[in-house]
Amino acid sequence: MSIAAAQKRSFSTVLWDYLTTVDHKKVAHLYLFGGGFFFLLGGIEALIIRIQLIKPMNDVVSAGLYNEMFTMHGTTMIFLAAMPLILALMNAAMPLQIGARDVAFPFLNALGVWLFIFGGILLNLSWFLGGAPDAGWTSYVPLATDSASHGVDFYVLGLQIAGAGTLMSGINFLATIVNMRAPGMTYMRMPLFTWTTFITSTLILFAFPALTIGLFLLMFDRMFGSAFFDAALGGNAIIWEHLFWIFGHPEVYILILPIFGVFSEVFATFSKKRLFGYTAMVFATMLIAFLGFMVWAHHMFTVGLGPMANSIFAVATMAIAVPTGIKIFNWLATMWGGSIKINSAMLWSLGFIPTFTIGGMTGVMLGSAVADYQYHDTYFVVAHFHYVIVGGTVFGIFAGLHYWWPKMFGRILNETLGQITFWVFFIGFHLTFFIQHFLGLMGMPRRYWVFLEGQELDLGNLISTIGAFLMGVGVIVFLYNVVVTAIKGEKAAADPWDGRTLEWSIPSPPPFYNFKQVPLVRGLDALWIEKTEGNRQMTPGEPLDDIHMPNGSIMPFLMSLGFFVAGIGFIYQTDHKLWFLALYGGMAFALGTMVVRSLKDDLGYYVKKEELEREAK
Amino acid sequence: MSHIHPLHPETMPNEPEKATLEGKNKFLGLWFFLGGETVLFASLFGTFIALRNSTAGGPTSQEMFGLELVFIMTVLLLTSSLTSVYAMYHMKNHDFKKMQIWLGVTGLLGLGFLGLEIYEFSHYISDYGFTFRSSAFGSAFYTLVGFHGGHVTFGICWLITIMIRNAKRGLNLYNAPKFYTFSLYWHFIDVIWVFVFTVVYLMGKVA
Ligand code: HEM
Ligand SMILES: [Cu+2]
Repeated sequence: MSIAAAQKRSFSTVLWDYLTTVDHKKVAHLYLFGGGFFFLLGGIEALIIRIQLIKPMNDVVSAGLYNEMFTMHGTTMIFLAAMPLILALMNAAMPLQIGARDVAFPFLNALGVWLFIFGGILLNLSWFLGGAPDAGWTSYVPLATDSASHGVDFYVLGLQIAGAGTLMSGINFLATIVNMRAPGMTYMRMPLFTWTTFITSTLILFAFPALTIGLFLLMFDRMFGSAFFDAALGGNAIIWEHLFWIFGHPEVYILILPIFGVFSEVFATFSKKRLFGYTAMVFATMLIAFLGFMVWAHHMFTVGLGPMANSIFAVATMAIAVPTGIKIFNWLATMWGGSIKINSAMLWSLGFIPTFTIGGMTGVMLGSAVADYQYHDTYFVVAHFHYVIVGGTVFGIFAGLHYWWPKMFGRILNETLGQITFWVFFIGFHLTFFIQHFLGLMGMPRRYWVFLEGQELDLGNLISTIGAFLMGVGVIVFLYNVVVTAIKGEKAAADPWDGRTLEWSIPSPPPFYNFKQVPLVRGLDALWIEKTEGNRQMTPGEPLDDIHMPNGSIMPFLMSLGFFVAGIGFIYQTDHKLWFLALYGGMAFALGTMVVRSLKDDLGYYVKKEELEREAK
Repeated sequence: MSHIHPLHPETMPNEPEKATLEGKNKFLGLWFFLGGETVLFASLFGTFIALRNSTAGGPTSQEMFGLELVFIMTVLLLTSSLTSVYAMYHMKNHDFKKMQIWLGVTGLLGLGFLGLEIYEFSHYISDYGFTFRSSAFGSAFYTLVGFHGGHVTFGICWLITIMIRNAKRGLNLYNAPKFYTFSLYWHFIDVIWVFVFTVVYLMGKVA
């Protein structure tokens, strides 16, 4: 392996490179392509839902297909689009922000992304193999246990495989941040995006196992005749709801906290000021994460847990507004008196503030248990969670992509196209979802296939669908921007935004070993400190020496393939015993690759000091 | 590649499992993993506690459970934790042979535990017709205890792989973390069993 790259490489070399990569920067690309692809799928599903609801008593899709559409839309957007895109940003930026050469477990990182991709493919195969899951992304039993097609089985196995990958990423990031920070990078000097990655990873670690168990129980009930949710044999359907939401509520913080980190970076960079209230931001994040674990039952107010439980969960829920409010004010104060530069990344961040605030206010409304009896399962809820998930997570992903694109790909996204994307999407978004609050208050239920004429729901639904198409246009402009940038985009300097944190101290895109010499960190906003003192680059924290790198490997891909095949076997063994061949075959293959992995030492290789010196000239 | 040469007692660091960055990462990563496993088992315990009296007219825990067998299983597993401590003790004293021997004993005790568990399950099935499908209690029981048993099985496979792989090369900074993380995992399984013993068997027999 030589450092002198950049010759023209054939397509198959590039492909093989990505299939075997363990480099976190390329893993980030894989997460981006995979998550981006599923985001488009989920978007098409959303448009189909909205076309069906464009007028009363419409019949573009059948009732059954409609169920599959909103189930797959929700599931895809949460598990296969939003989370992977966030993991893309984390992989691209976090190791660089802490001055690390690599993540703690590069192999596991690659395994995580392939598990996600194969899990996502498995889930979506259901469209072609007799029907997609149709019990909602929450897959409530007994709806899910009674669903007749294999759809829910695809849900169970697809999410199980993808979820395992996410858990690995969480552990990986935690170990990376604890063990691999550059000298001088104390915890309270970590950039906020690193902090939120850290706290989010903790949430992943403690939330996902509850989903794992929930999925297992559902799988056992559907495929192996167990009775967890079968009331006739003493089972209890509420157990699913608890397990699902013990995972599910923290999940929405998994989606939003890293995005808070993105905005903190963007606001500080483009206001040319250090983040206001850094310490408060860190502790507010922790507090939100902690409370996030305590409030899952606010999704179950109408289940009948009793007034005592409902009150406790209601109060805990509303308490989250306090640290979140702290954050909003800190962002505003960061901009206060700063020399603000408005570009695409900044527009998304500015657009986020009012949007997310509205979503937060409706959240507090929903958190009031008595009022929730009115809102529950109406379009009010749909409006609320899109204001936070789209107005928060998706806006943040766009902000993060515009911000880090130069670092990820070495080119700057076209600014005009970027601003068009924002405005079209932003207007479309509010057209779609603002009106849904009122549709909900007027009684339009969620997850209904049609609405009736003469109930004054027509105009609102029409506007909502028009808005959805505008968002689609916005996304198309973004894709066009990506293509244009790839073909003739402006080459990015190491530090195109006059940044403050370590990722901007190395070339764009960074060399595969990240830092030739790990930098010495002297405070928060490490690069900015050096700049203000007139240094053109970071002071090295170590002498120039050989760099240890991990070897690439095809194993993560093969392992995931094995689990994928086994997953299909699990689904179809209920139809025919021969499918046990796929089940055992896939498992044996996956376990076999694990054994090979543990029997073969993978010691990596060294980039020699001389080579690094030669390169510097 | 200095850290794959066997270590000599003189060059041996105090904590060989954490002497390299890879070792440190493995050590910490495993602890985090166990944190996740805790939630996994907590979810299973919660489910079991909710369903343990939902026998749907089938056999109850009081009728079936015999504490003698479970007691022997507990002794086997607790002892295996102790022997793995010995193994780590010898690792720190740089006695590779003794470490391997004690690890072997650990594995055998684990196998003994598994054997008894299989016997126990088959006894419930043949003598009481109590299966995974009998009732919600049956599903919860076999799932919780079976998950623990699955962890034991996985641990034994892990142990066998690292013992065979490293049999001929002695202790070094590359494999020390592997042995050490295994032992942590093994203790964890043991702790979980203490809860299984209490919540499933003791409470099931008494209540
Ligand atoms: C891009 C534009 C989007 C549009 C037009 C849209 C539209 C919709 C519609 C119409 C529903 C069904 C409501 C119902 O009848 O129950 C829905 C549900 C949902 N959406 Fe979206 N959505 C969009 C983006 C997203 C994104 C980005 C996410 C998450 C990151 C998301 C997450 C969800 C979830 C979780 C559900 C609930 C599914 C269920 O009821 O099981 N949506 N969306
Ligand atoms: Cu919630």
